[in-house]
Amino acid sequence: MDMILNISGALCLLVGSFLCISGGVGLLRFPDFYTRMHAVGVTDTLGAGMILIGLMFYSPDFLTFSKLVIILLLTLLIGPTTSHVLAKAAMHNNLMPKLQQEDNIKETSSSNY
Amino acid sequence: MKDLFAVVMLLGIYSLLSASFFVAMDAVDVAFTEAAVGAGISTLLMLVVITMTGRSEKTTRHKPLLALLVVVFTGSMLIYGTFDMPYFGIADAPIHSHVAPRYINESMKEIGIPNIVTSVLASYRAFDTFGEVVVIFTAGIGVMALLSVSRRREDDEIETALNDSMHEQYLVIRIVTKILIPFILLYALYVQFHGDFGPGGGFQAGVIFAAAIILYTMLFGLNTARKVINQSFIQFIAAAGVLLYGSVGIVSLLNGANFFDYNVLASDPVAGQHLGILLIEWGVGCTVASVMILIFFSFAGRRDMHKHSVSNASNASNSNVKGESS
Repeated sequence: MDMILNISGALCLLVGSFLCISGGVGLLRFPDFYTRMHAVGVTDTLGAGMILIGLMFYSPDFLTFSKLVIILLLTLLIGPTTSHVLAKAAMHNNLMPKLQQEDNIKETSSSNY
Repeated sequence: MKDLFAVVMLLGIYSLLSASFFVAMDAVDVAFTEAAVGAGISTLLMLVVITMTGRSEKTTRHKPLLALLVVVFTGSMLIYGTFDMPYFGIADAPIHSHVAPRYINESMKEIGIPNIVTSVLASYRAFDTFGEVVVIFTAGIGVMALLSVSRRREDDEIETALNDSMHEQYLVIRIVTKILIPFILLYALYVQFHGDFGPGGGFQAGVIFAAAIILYTMLFGLNTARKVINQSFIQFIAAAGVLLYGSVGIVSLLNGANFFDYNVLASDPVAGQHLGILLIEWGVGCTVASVMILIFFSFAGRRDMHKHSVSNASNASNSNVKGESS
C-alpha cells in the first residue's frame, strides 16, 4: 500500500514536471504571442495540478492534504482566467495574431465574385 | 533601457527571485513579505504610475558620467568596508554568540509561541516594529497629502456603477474575482492570526487584505470601490492601528512595568505576552492594509483625474477646431 502511494506520487510529480518543461519549450519555440500563451496556459495549469496531486500522495496527515486540495482548486480556477485576461488585454491593444498568408489571398480572391 | 514597462517587470522578477533565495536560506517569513510586497503591490503601483506618465523614458542629451563615477566610488568604498566583517554564517561571529542564542534559548520559556521570528519581532524588538508601523503610516499620510484629489459629485454615479457591474466585456474576470475575493480575505485573516505558529503576522496579512481590495477596485472601478469601502473609514482604521500599538505600550507603563513589557498585561506573564503579541499584530495588520488601500486609491484617483482632464482638453480643442472651420 505504501509502495503504491509512493510510486503513483512519483509518477504524478514526473508527469507534472515534464508538462512544465514542455510549456517552457513551447514558450520559446512558438512564433506568435497567442500561440505561446496558449501553450503556457494549458501546460502550466495542468503541470502545477499534477505536481500538487503528486504531493497529495505524500502528505502525512489530513490537514496537509486538505490544504493541497484547496491550492489545487485555486490553481485550476486562476490559471485559465489569467491566460484569458492576457489574451483579452493583447487583443484590446491591437496585437493581431499572425495568420497564414494564403488564407488572406484566398479571402480577397473569393470576395471579388 | 528606454521602456519603463520592461523595467517594472524586471523589478518584479527581481523581487520574486529574492523571495525564492530567502526561502533557500530558510527565512520563510521574510520571503513571504518580500513576495507579497515586492512582487505584488510594488509592481502594481509602478504600473499604475506608468499608465499616467507614458511608457518610455525621455531621452537625455548628456551622458551622466559624473553620477556614474560617484556611484562606482561609493560602491567600492562600501565593498572595501565589508572586508573587515566576519564571514557569512561563521559560528563565532558576535551576532551568533550574544543575542541570538539568548533569544533562541529563552523564547519558548518566556513567550511560549513556536514561531521565534514573531516572538523576536513582536516582543523582544517591539520598539523597532513600532518604528516600522509609524513609518508605514507616515508614508500613507505623505501620499495622501501629495496626491489626493477631491471628488466631484456626479449624479449618474449610481446607474453607471450598476450598469458596469456585469458589462459583457469583463464578464469572465469579474465573475472569477467575485468567487475569489472571499477566499483571499479569509486567507489574510488566517495569516494574521496564524503568525504565532507558522510564517505570517501582521505585515503579510495586511498586504494580502489590501491586495484583495485592490483587485476589486481594478475590476469594478474606483467609484464602485469607494462605495463599498468608505475612504474616511479606512483613514480612521490606519490611525487606529498605530494607536492600538502605542496604547499597548502605554497600558504596560500604567501597570508599572517598562514600555512594551507585556508581562504585566495579564495575571500570568506568558499569557500577558500572548495577549500583547495578539494586540500589536492586529494593530500592524490594520495599519498596513489601510495604508496600502489608501495609496492605491490616491494613485487611481489621480489617474482618473488625469484621464478626465486629457479627454476634456481634446474635446475642447475639437470643438474649437469645429467652431473655426464652420
